[in-house]
Amino acid sequence: MIIGLPHYLIVAAVLFSLGIICVVSRRNAIGLLMGVELILNSANINLVAFARYVESGISGQVFALFVIVLAAAEAAVAMAIVMAIYRHLRNIDTAAAVNLKE
Amino acid sequence: MTLLTAIGLSDIAFFIFALLIIGCGAVVAFSRNIVHSGFALMGTFAGVAGLYALAFAQFIAAVQIMVYVGGVLVVILFAIMMTREIGRAESSNPAVGRFPAVLLGVVIGAVLVFIALQFPWTINPSTDFDPTVNDLGDALLSRFLIPFEVLSLLLLAVLVGAVMLVKKEIKALPPEEKSS
Repeated sequence: MIIGLPHYLIVAAVLFSLGIICVVSRRNAIGLLMGVELILNSANINLVAFARYVESGISGQVFALFVIVLAAAEAAVAMAIVMAIYRHLRNIDTAAAVNLKE
Repeated sequence: MTLLTAIGLSDIAFFIFALLIIGCGAVVAFSRNIVHSGFALMGTFAGVAGLYALAFAQFIAAVQIMVYVGGVLVVILFAIMMTREIGRAESSNPAVGRFPAVLLGVVIGAVLVFIALQFPWTINPSTDFDPTVNDLGDALLSRFLIPFEVLSLLLLAVLVGAVMLVKKEIKALPPEEKSS
């Protein structure tokens, strides 16, 4: 078995940077949210891998569960906001949403 | 189990899942078409579930499939289908140039990989784990009871909040249409 903790961490790190690239480079609000989901997933991979390789307890998996719940909640609220902005402005370009400050 | 580890079946599975995650993640990050990104997200979520299963977190893997692939992804795809003007290219144009974004991502990824390889982790060598569902249930109802209840409260708030956000705009829509 050659797979160890570093392999999981490297996969998570690559996924995290892809998420950062997605968040930074997209102007579509939904694309931005996809980047956030990638980042949360990479954090979750780390939590589960630590629970498997470093700490023998269950806490890592419990925190992974909490992160999944929070990500689902975040997606639901963000989608509701996106739909509301879309109804109001007829597009979901984040540059258009600066009008919110008025 | 020893035979499987000897021929490295779980290693092969790990590399397949890692390839799936990173390939689909790259499509999510770089595709010009937001619908392609949405569907590629499914591959990433499924691959992450596979990694959880390989790390002896079977329940988390099942929850990942149910919540992400079955819930979050469907919500995202619905939102894409309902909000996207088909044929409008600028709705998925990059805000920052692609090059600075990739540069930032590469720098952050390099730092994370460096830390992962350099830090002296104390590795737990055991390769035999019982299914963790039982322990998870115990932990959620004893040690993590308060966070668990707070999360359920949060879910209730999210339910009400999401409905409020969408419903309010439906009410506000008729005068807007009258004025336009």
